[in-house]
Amino acid sequence: MSRTITIEPVTRIEGHARISLQLADTGEVEDARFHLTQFRGFEKFCEGRPYREMPALTARTCGICPVSHLLASNKACDDLLAVSIPPTAEKLRRVMNLAQLVQSHALSFFHLSSPDLLLGWDADPKSRNIFGVMQQQPELAKDGIRLRQIGQTIIEILGGKKIHPTWVVPGGVSEALSQDKRDAMQAMLPEALEIAKRTYATFKALLPKFKDEASHFGTLPTLFLSLVSETGQLEHCTGVLRVKDAKGRIIEDKVPPRDYRRLIGEAVEDFSYMKFPYYKPMGYPRGIYRVGPLARLNNADSCGTPYADVALAEFRTLQEESGPVASSFHYHYARLVEIIYAIERMQRILKEPDILDTRVRAHARGNRQEGIGVSEAPRGTLMHHYKIDENGLITWVDLIIATGHNNLAMNRSIKQVADAYVDGTQLNEGMLNRVEAVIRCYDPCLSCASHAYGKMPLVIELQDAQGEVIDRLVRD
Amino acid sequence: MPLPKPQSNVHVVTLQIDGQDLSAREDETIIEVCREHGIPIPSLCYLDGLSIHGGCRLCLIELEEQNRLLAACSTRVAEGMRILTNTERLQRYRRTIVELLFAERNHVCSVCVSNGHCELQTLAQGCGVNHVHIPYRYQRYQVDSSHEMFRIDHNRCVLCTRCLRVCDEIEGAHTWDLMGRGSDCQVITDLARPWGDSSTCTSCGKCVQVCPTGALVKQGTSAGEMVKDQSFLPILARRRHH
Repeated sequence: MSRTITIEPVTRIEGHARISLQLADTGEVEDARFHLTQFRGFEKFCEGRPYREMPALTARTCGICPVSHLLASNKACDDLLAVSIPPTAEKLRRVMNLAQLVQSHALSFFHLSSPDLLLGWDADPKSRNIFGVMQQQPELAKDGIRLRQIGQTIIEILGGKKIHPTWVVPGGVSEALSQDKRDAMQAMLPEALEIAKRTYATFKALLPKFKDEASHFGTLPTLFLSLVSETGQLEHCTGVLRVKDAKGRIIEDKVPPRDYRRLIGEAVEDFSYMKFPYYKPMGYPRGIYRVGPLARLNNADSCGTPYADVALAEFRTLQEESGPVASSFHYHYARLVEIIYAIERMQRILKEPDILDTRVRAHARGNRQEGIGVSEAPRGTLMHHYKIDENGLITWVDLIIATGHNNLAMNRSIKQVADAYVDGTQLNEGMLNRVEAVIRCYDPCLSCASHAYGKMPLVIELQDAQGEVIDRLVRD
Repeated sequence: MPLPKPQSNVHVVTLQIDGQDLSAREDETIIEVCREHGIPIPSLCYLDGLSIHGGCRLCLIELEEQNRLLAACSTRVAEGMRILTNTERLQRYRRTIVELLFAERNHVCSVCVSNGHCELQTLAQGCGVNHVHIPYRYQRYQVDSSHEMFRIDHNRCVLCTRCLRVCDEIEGAHTWDLMGRGSDCQVITDLARPWGDSSTCTSCGKCVQVCPTGALVKQGTSAGEMVKDQSFLPILARRRHH
């Protein structure tokens, strides 16, 4: 008798989703699916709007990573204008994107995932949240909150507000950086670096405890996609696309972002509102790939900053055989390496002599009718693709969100975790939490502005083939 | 109502506004006297230098001796008037009027080029509109971006007709007009041709500067960047009358 287990909603992620597990007669997991249950419709309702509204409009997709959308959208608009933005503007945009990376990664690691890592997968769900972490490890919780605050404060210093700043504009940025603001940012970064290094050391020490999870949490032979710089270094703002295969061989390199459609196709499934992007040359669903911190570190030759490069070398040792780090559990590790990198890179950029240059915007009108902007959001490669009419009004939009790239991998990861931990004859809380936790590794941004950590009600049901509930577990 | 021409021999009347004893020329309107004395009265269609439209009804005032509400922009002062400008009833009506404006079209401040510099937004904040209690219509209106320098987004138009009046009375082009009735009413250029095809538009930009919202804006502006300057209007209006 086949049965279905439904986990709804999935907690401590950004957005709303459901997981369903199909069990065979023997109680083994036959299939596992990750359902995105909310609908937004941005690609449709943006049609008819002036393209210059797109950065502000699409940034509303998300309250956690609006800067990422702001950046990708403005890059698409730069492409429509057919301009090269002033070098200082590019550096300032980069600082804001790195600050965004720090605050978002801090949110993912400290607020959403550290309860699992520090308190345990089987801990009481009532305290398995950031408040539980505050009680048991107050210093670490404080570090997390402070690190996120620093990231957000830098965004505010640059853009005027922490969430949904409009300072990045087509052609550059709207206002040059003042010396006072530069000094204020620089003053915070040494503390941020200390926190990042401290947390990295703590996590490394914890890692041996998670050997089992590391081998079952999405240890998949997939491709990896990310931006890298022209010289192959870690890159979040500009650069070219690189794809590596499951053995770590580069199969696509120096692909201009404008050519992304040669690499990526999009499939749809009737069980989710999320699209299923795939690597086109391999077809669907064989062309499964991952993006985000894990992919970026696997793809990059180096970080280019001192502490981050040391951490990257240690990261590479996580894989016993040669090749990329394959376990999605190590997204957490990669996030911490990227935080270190982001802080070091911001320190370096803010020291550059032309950072206070007042020429920060190129002015032009729409010179192309199609524009593509690609940047690295905290969760992975973000693509904005617009077409406009002769009057500059949007006629077509395609947004490929970082979480979408990981959709196939998330579905496979759930199956792998469920195979390892779910006993179809009896449900328990720890099993349920591990299935959710593998999703948290990817830090999916689904809505992306809605957050919940352990407070949302959770129902897991075991049903027989006739849909009759034979076991039920409720978390209030 | 056309702009009153300055007269040489006018009488002075005495009146009371919100308990304050004041005097004014008898050819002045209530809103003019209020503005002279720093008494705040909200308005959208009224603009110093343009003829009176009296359409937005936001400048409604009460007279102590009668129940009927009057528009301060189109009512001349009279001897012995006792005017109330900010009663609880007026505040309620003004909030409702602003809510109706928001519900009628698609004013999404956060992505608007006029965000932070919009008269409707300021008005809503001043009137205490923190929610819209009237169901939104969500009707989709067009954006005409065919003009080389300017753009009109009908979603953000409040039909104040400032653009019509400034184009007709100050620029003398009369490019703008109104078409349709009720909620289908909209401003048009020439005979509802795309603005970029208009043969009468001089591209002076006065309509853009007097527009209170993000309906008429300059091309090339991003969210929050459209700052308007209306200081030219009283100067030009005076010169037109002399």
